[in-house]
Amino acid sequence: MPAPIRLRELIRTIRTARTQAEEREMIQKECAAIRSSFREEDNTYRCRNVAKLLYMHMLGYPAHFGQLECLKLIASQKFTDKRIGYLGAMLLLDERQDVHLLMTNCIKNDLNHSTQYVQGLALCTLGCMGSSEMCRDLAGEVEKLLKTSNSYLRKKAALCAVHVIRKVPELMEMFLPATKTLLNEKNHGVLHTSVVLLTEMCERSPDMLAHFRKNEKLVPQLVRILKNLIMSGYSPEHDVSGISDPFLQVRILRLLRILGRNDDDSSEAMNDILAQVATNTETSKNVGNAILYETVLTIMDIRSESGLRVLAINILGRFLLNNDKNIRYVALTSLLKTVQTDHNAVQRHRSTIVDCLKDLDVSIKRRAMELSFALVNGNNIRGMMKELLYFLDSCEPEFKADCASGIFLAAEKYAPSKRWHIDTIMRVLTTAGSYVRDDAVPNLIQLITNSVEMHAYTVQRLYKAILGDYSQQPLVQVASWCMGEYGDLLISGQCEEEEPVQVTEEEVLDILESVLISNMSASVTRGYALTAIMKLSTRFTCTVNRIKKVVSIYGSSIDVELQQRAVEYNALFKKYDHMRSALLERMPVMEKVTNGPTEIVQTNGETEPAVLETKPPPSALQPASQANDLLDLLGGSDITPVIPAAPTSKPASAGGELLDLLGDLNLTGSPASVPTSQISQPAFLLDGLSSQPLFNDIAAGIPSITAYSKNGLKIEFTFERSNTNPSVTVITIQASNNTELDMTDFVFQAAVPKTFQLQLLSPSSSIIPAFNTGTITQVIKVLNPQKQQLRMRIKLTYNHKGSAMQDLAEVNNFPPQSWQ
Amino acid sequence: MIKFFLMVNKQGQTRLSRYYEHVEIPKRTMLEAEVIKNCLSRSKEQCSFIEYKDFKLVYRQYAALFIVVGINETENEMAVYELIHNFVEVLDRYFSRVKCFIMFNLDRVHIILDEMVLNGCIVETNKNRILAPLLVLDKMAES
Repeated sequence: MPAPIRLRELIRTIRTARTQAEEREMIQKECAAIRSSFREEDNTYRCRNVAKLLYMHMLGYPAHFGQLECLKLIASQKFTDKRIGYLGAMLLLDERQDVHLLMTNCIKNDLNHSTQYVQGLALCTLGCMGSSEMCRDLAGEVEKLLKTSNSYLRKKAALCAVHVIRKVPELMEMFLPATKTLLNEKNHGVLHTSVVLLTEMCERSPDMLAHFRKNEKLVPQLVRILKNLIMSGYSPEHDVSGISDPFLQVRILRLLRILGRNDDDSSEAMNDILAQVATNTETSKNVGNAILYETVLTIMDIRSESGLRVLAINILGRFLLNNDKNIRYVALTSLLKTVQTDHNAVQRHRSTIVDCLKDLDVSIKRRAMELSFALVNGNNIRGMMKELLYFLDSCEPEFKADCASGIFLAAEKYAPSKRWHIDTIMRVLTTAGSYVRDDAVPNLIQLITNSVEMHAYTVQRLYKAILGDYSQQPLVQVASWCMGEYGDLLISGQCEEEEPVQVTEEEVLDILESVLISNMSASVTRGYALTAIMKLSTRFTCTVNRIKKVVSIYGSSIDVELQQRAVEYNALFKKYDHMRSALLERMPVMEKVTNGPTEIVQTNGETEPAVLETKPPPSALQPASQANDLLDLLGGSDITPVIPAAPTSKPASAGGELLDLLGDLNLTGSPASVPTSQISQPAFLLDGLSSQPLFNDIAAGIPSITAYSKNGLKIEFTFERSNTNPSVTVITIQASNNTELDMTDFVFQAAVPKTFQLQLLSPSSSIIPAFNTGTITQVIKVLNPQKQQLRMRIKLTYNHKGSAMQDLAEVNNFPPQSWQ
Repeated sequence: MIKFFLMVNKQGQTRLSRYYEHVEIPKRTMLEAEVIKNCLSRSKEQCSFIEYKDFKLVYRQYAALFIVVGINETENEMAVYELIHNFVEVLDRYFSRVKCFIMFNLDRVHIILDEMVLNGCIVETNKNRILAPLLVLDKMAES
């Protein structure tokens, strides 16, 4: 068997391969040779073979068969073998292979080896890929090495300790005593790694952090070291472009940041040194700027005095003007972090930031855009918006969606006038229309309905915008909706803001029909267009027949959504023509809301106005015509029955009784007949009250009342108001029994006037034990949007002393704080 | 923390790769190819930091060789930029004519890298101290 080739020859050979297939062939041949050599247990050449294997692994070929060989190399006595063995272990092995555990013993022996280089190798390997079991076993050895005087070993031991702590956090305490003397070293390597170790400990455990702050007087030590570094003259050992050991400086600054965060004493101790570093460091080279960058980050993060913060922001401002793009990038990133806290200082640099929008580099542009949005406020909105719109025109597609959303948000918050707002939105829709997010369309529509005086102007501009080009879906959707709503304003030429344009009904219908037909329109857009055409049937006078024709054509469309709409609209023309004008009336001004259910109502209102509006009329008929016991009992048609919470079973049974009482008013069935607002309300009550911390301080408190007290049964109401929603009152009822027998099958029902909404949650039980030994608790949630005086009628049914009891009562003594 | 350290040439061939966090082999090749594509498409005016997936790439070009280091947010990008230069200077000192011999002595380059960076953190930046064990190793190999 000839001697296996050396690594460099292998590399040379592979480099001559011209195709991937050739290379694969060579590698496979070599792998086969290596494998047979391993089988022969050849000690002399094992090292070489494993080295070659590592090279092939780097190229991406599987090399797992070499793992055991690495172990054999580690166990050998020759340094060269050990070296390659450990390297192989670091590259090929990791925690997932069981083989790595076999290394533990070798590493243990090597950690105690006589040669420092071998010890170093072992530390390095353990620090890179030691698993938690290995770390646990060998932590003691590492700690011992952390205390030696050999600086070569100490620095490696420190980083190995970092790895151990990461893997097994409980062992952190073990390394604490060793850290006391670490910072007294002169050797920068040890200093550096010690700072890393201390940083890791402080980041992991707040107790350690507190300990280091108070007991160890870490901050003064670090300040001293930093000072030496800055003040000392040229030192050839650590010099990088004229600055003494910048890497160590950066590390110390980071540790100071962690120590000073949220701690006034430490921050005060660092103020001087930070100011010194900030002013003395040379900024002509990258090195100096790296240190300044870290300093700025530290100043912004600790509790520094305001003069220092201003200094930091000015440094960042200087960075922004620098020619080097790296520095500008870094400056923009840091400004983004600080803009929340030091808004005014960053505002001063606004013009430079806006200039960065025009930079060629993608990362810088993104940062500048985010920062610009953060800096927009009421004063600079007009100028900033001009720049941002210009940016939107010229930026890469990946930015357009974010930029458009940002512009909408900014415009909404700070728009100086409605017309400006609408103009801005129009501009965005026309330039980046296809990148606008889907939720922007409903928001826009709601905005437009709110600006009543701008309707004519808006619809005119939108008409002009899509005249030429109807490929941008969001734009077309908004435009069709507006034309449907305000088509009459369009043709009557009422616009005051602009030169009114002469449009006929036919032209408007032409556009809408072409949108319907066009291949570029999404099916949602077509829905918008069809609905718009339908609405115009009440606003236009001469073209109703044409509209009827269009609608009937789409009654057989392949798109199911479109077909359904067309069929319903057709029905409107044929059978319900008398209702058509009422249904297709102008939309009311929509309120801007942020919570769930009313938004549902809103979007329903936009996309399916006809459909929604058909629902209320039929349902309004039903309750009035029902004769039902509870309503009779409660004596009035002004009181609506409660709908208990659907998901729980107990109230459902109570509700079931109510349902029976109410005949065929279908409460828990399909939402179609019940006024839709009622279905959404329970969800609202549930959501609002279950997810957020609600309750006011009881001490702030609303007095509780005794709602009912008769025949030994006493019911008390206690009140809580929701912090998040002032119209919600939560009443907790407690029912207690001071007779000598239990009351069983206890059911509590309640009804409130029509302007309120009520929700009953399930009671804690249905048995009230005798002699006041226990109570039933039940929660009632009342929604009182109109803040009217709370009144309630309650019905109680229970079994007592063998007979069924039933009672009705009215509760009128609600304290004013519970409903005001 | 440094996630990986790569030396890739303009054609996309990896000359050195060191990962400080476990990455599957097929993912590695994909990562290396994408990274070099990102770096090659940059011009001289653009900055040396690229945001890639959930970490940042810091790269420096030396003739036909790109040195790319992947870091997460805790590292100071400009310090890593300096580290790359430091590394190249060390290699230069050792190999004298760096470009030709690096690839034939991959194991030595790994040794140097291990002396400088351990488990994603910087250990030593002084050139003499980094090269000391390597020189000892050479002496032992000769004898």
